[in-house]
Order: sequence, then C-alpha cells, then structure tokens
Amino acid sequence: MAANSSEIRYLTPPSVEVKKKKYCRFKKNKIKFVDYKDPEFLKKFLNEQGKILPRRITGTSLKYQRKVAKAVKRARHIALLPYVTDMMK
Amino acid sequence: MKNQYETVFIVTPVLSDIQVKETVKKFRDIITEHGGEIVNEEDWGLRKLAYPIQKKSTGFYQLFEFAAEPTFAKTLETQFRRDERIIRFLTFSKDKYAQAYSERRINKSKVKTEKEN
Repeated sequence: MAANSSEIRYLTPPSVEVKKKKYCRFKKNKIKFVDYKDPEFLKKFLNEQGKILPRRITGTSLKYQRKVAKAVKRARHIALLPYVTDMMK
Repeated sequence: MKNQYETVFIVTPVLSDIQVKETVKKFRDIITEHGGEIVNEEDWGLRKLAYPIQKKSTGFYQLFEFAAEPTFAKTLETQFRRDERIIRFLTFSKDKYAQAYSERRINKSKVKTEKEN
C-alpha cells in the first residue's frame, strides 16, 4: 500500500448539488393582488389533493403566502376550486 | 364614506335564462336602491362547480363590483340568504391592491370590447 496516496477516490464522483435558489414569484413579477377568480393560477400553490402547499416548497414570501391562502379559500367557497379532491393535476 | 365592494353569487341552474336575468336584476336594484353605485358587472354564464352545492353540479355565476356604505354589505347578505335561488355568495370589501387590480381588469375588458366592435 502506497503511503502517499492521501487522495480519496470515489467510484462515483460525489454530486455537488447546486441548489437553485427559491424566489417569491409575487415579488419578482411585482404582483400586488392575488386573484381568487383565476383557479388555474392558484393551482400552482396546491398539491394534487387540493391542499395549500407550504412556503418552504413554493418559496413564496410570508406576505404573499397569506394572500394566496386567502384567495384559495375564497375560490373554494364559490366552488372555483374543490375543498377535497384527488388527482387534480 | 363609501367603500369598494365586490360580490360574486351563484344562481341555481334549474332556472330559465329569463328567470336568471330577473334574479340578477333584483340584486342590481337592491344595490342601487340602497345608494350603491355599480362599477362593474360580469356575467360568467353557466359554469361547472368544483364540488356539488345543494346537489347541483353547475350554476350561473354573476359578479358585481360596487361602492356602497359599510352597513349595506350586511343587508345585501341577508337578501342573499333569503333568496332560495342563490346557492352561494361571496362579498368582501376591496383593499387598495384589489382596487387597482380590478381597475386594470375593467380597462382590459373595455379595450377588448372596443376591438370587437
């Protein structure tokens, strides 16, 4: 065994994941008001069961997450979005 | 001091087109009689509901945007509750961002209709 082989060799090179920075799409696009009348847009913030996705996944800022939640709830009330569902997307 | 409000309601689909128009007219009159000014109204037509309401899977959607006294919102909602043709309604007062958004929306639809004409 060679003593000077301090180099560590991997069979598969370790994948250095470059994390893509999340951003708030409302801040980036300067959207001030989240419209409850547009269910297709609001679906971006729901999972396939129709639940609201957390901020840590969508990257929305707190200020707009509150507005998204309110818009989704309004849309659900007037039956533009379902309260419970399966396979929405 | 008047506030800006927005209301959406769903009329039951069992009615004929004329009856739906009558219902819409009734609520338009209620708004104007109580000193409200209608800024915008939209008829979304017969739409499929995301889930059944009172065992109905479709409904006629109607949107009103109006300026009225704060006390009026309550009277409007009691009128909605009393009318059995209305199966769902939503009324809320708009903040400045919602106001700016709806103004842009109105202008957009105006431009659209002008182009069509």
